[in-house]
Amino acid sequence: MATIAAKQPPVWRPALGRAATFAAVLAALWALWEGFKWFGEATELKIGTFQVNDTTWPHIHDIVGQLFEPSRRNGPLLIEVLWDAALFTAKEAAVGFALGAAIGFALGVVLAHSRLLQRGFLPYIVASQTIPILAVAPMVVVWFGSRGFPDWFSVSIISAYLTFFPVAINTLRGLTSVDPRALELMRSYAASPMRILWKLRLPTSLPYLFAAFKIAATASVVGAIIGELPASIQDGLGGAILNFNQYYSTTPENLWATNLIAAALGISFFLAVVIAERIVVRRAPEHVA
Amino acid sequence: MSVVKLARVDKAFGQGDVVALQGIDLEIGEREFISLIGPSGCGKSTLLRIIGDLIEPTGGEVVVNGKTAHRARLDRDYGIVFQDAVLFDWRTVAKNIALPLEMLGWDRGRRSERVDELVELVELTGFEGHHPWQLSGGMQQRVSIARALSFDPPLLLMDEPFGALDEMTRERLNLELLRIWEASGNTVVFVTHSISEAIFLSTRVVVMSARPGRIVGIVDVDLPQPRTAATREEPRFAELIRDVRRLLRQGGGFDVEEATPSGEEDLITAEEGL
Repeated sequence: MATIAAKQPPVWRPALGRAATFAAVLAALWALWEGFKWFGEATELKIGTFQVNDTTWPHIHDIVGQLFEPSRRNGPLLIEVLWDAALFTAKEAAVGFALGAAIGFALGVVLAHSRLLQRGFLPYIVASQTIPILAVAPMVVVWFGSRGFPDWFSVSIISAYLTFFPVAINTLRGLTSVDPRALELMRSYAASPMRILWKLRLPTSLPYLFAAFKIAATASVVGAIIGELPASIQDGLGGAILNFNQYYSTTPENLWATNLIAAALGISFFLAVVIAERIVVRRAPEHVA
Repeated sequence: MSVVKLARVDKAFGQGDVVALQGIDLEIGEREFISLIGPSGCGKSTLLRIIGDLIEPTGGEVVVNGKTAHRARLDRDYGIVFQDAVLFDWRTVAKNIALPLEMLGWDRGRRSERVDELVELVELTGFEGHHPWQLSGGMQQRVSIARALSFDPPLLLMDEPFGALDEMTRERLNLELLRIWEASGNTVVFVTHSISEAIFLSTRVVVMSARPGRIVGIVDVDLPQPRTAATREEPRFAELIRDVRRLLRQGGGFDVEEATPSGEEDLITAEEGL
């Protein structure tokens, strides 16, 4: 180990490199945005009815600056309002993610152990994802609302509806992608199916699972935001988006700023999964996605 | 008492149209080191798996350690080593070796004691905390052997364990395997496609024919024990190689190899020039 470690550059070097790349990408995106705005305004560019001006395409510094303006006269700063909204949505999404991941994982385990169930159920699981979430959401809200669940929980269910699918599919894929000789090895130890699941199939499937968790993490945030609309929830980012939509023609920066926060929330969910993966998955470097 | 007893063992795949093994009779005694050799597709790996109850024979009787092969597997009467080490990437060397011990419900203290012994036996001291991908192929295979020996099974099944290694590593591991075999005192059934490896390691070499796999003959290896690097230089060694090669030719092994010069037969061809 010592010799391997000695060859590696200091720990801070790759971190610094990553930070530099990140800054460079941010700068490039900023330049693209502002460059297009400048170009569109200078040439009075028209795409259909779309025209580049401060309403359709506000300056980035105006969007970021808006975060630190009062959200209404004598009210708290917009960033404080959005922070609270983001926390609210984060709760819905986190519960939705946990529910969806648990259900998806359980489904994957069951399907991995029975070809018959796989053939019978897989088409319906796939079909469930072809139904638009907006068609399902009102039913979920009514159904759970009438049974005394809080409204935010209905939103979590909608979020879970979006997240269980990738987890189920990848669990199934991961659990069945076991090396056949590893299975023979376990059989030679007369290992029970439960043992094989815990000692072999599950560890093998971890990279697949985390790939699914990454998709599910961002989907859970999107699901929570969309789910807030039919549930008429005002406290989350979905409510904020709906609200600022109505005032777009006067203060477009509010909506853009909300989108920024929503994106940040999705990214932080994604990063949480990445960190969990780093901790849990011990694999050859080239096998880690 | 014999450790393995095969009587009229047949194996057919599919609807019985592909006959892999036909009428295999073989008795393997305690402390023997038996090699199974034959052209590719002769069913030697299949035979090994039948002994290990990983494949069921279509006919005949398999007795391992005085019981049915199935019972013997449930009693963990054998350890198995494959051509690839089949180590679990997410486990360290020590934890890979301890895998069967976990299955057997050994407690942590006993496990780590046993792992220490085995790490020493296969000369991997200092690598206990490494992960498989940090080891060379030869070292990985030694971990795999340690894992198979961990619970001290009376029988060790080895399916071309050194087939994927380079010649020098292979010869070194051959010597190590003999040392381990002498130290552990178990019976070994060893599948190989290298004639010299079979002679060097074994007490008896079982020569099999091309499909359908039958036993063409058994060569008693009367080379003195313990074998050393000098064993390969002895005239008797060359004679035994000739004997095995004659049987292989009789079983159609060389005809097959001339028609399809692929990996496995190449080795046999190469050794014909010895």
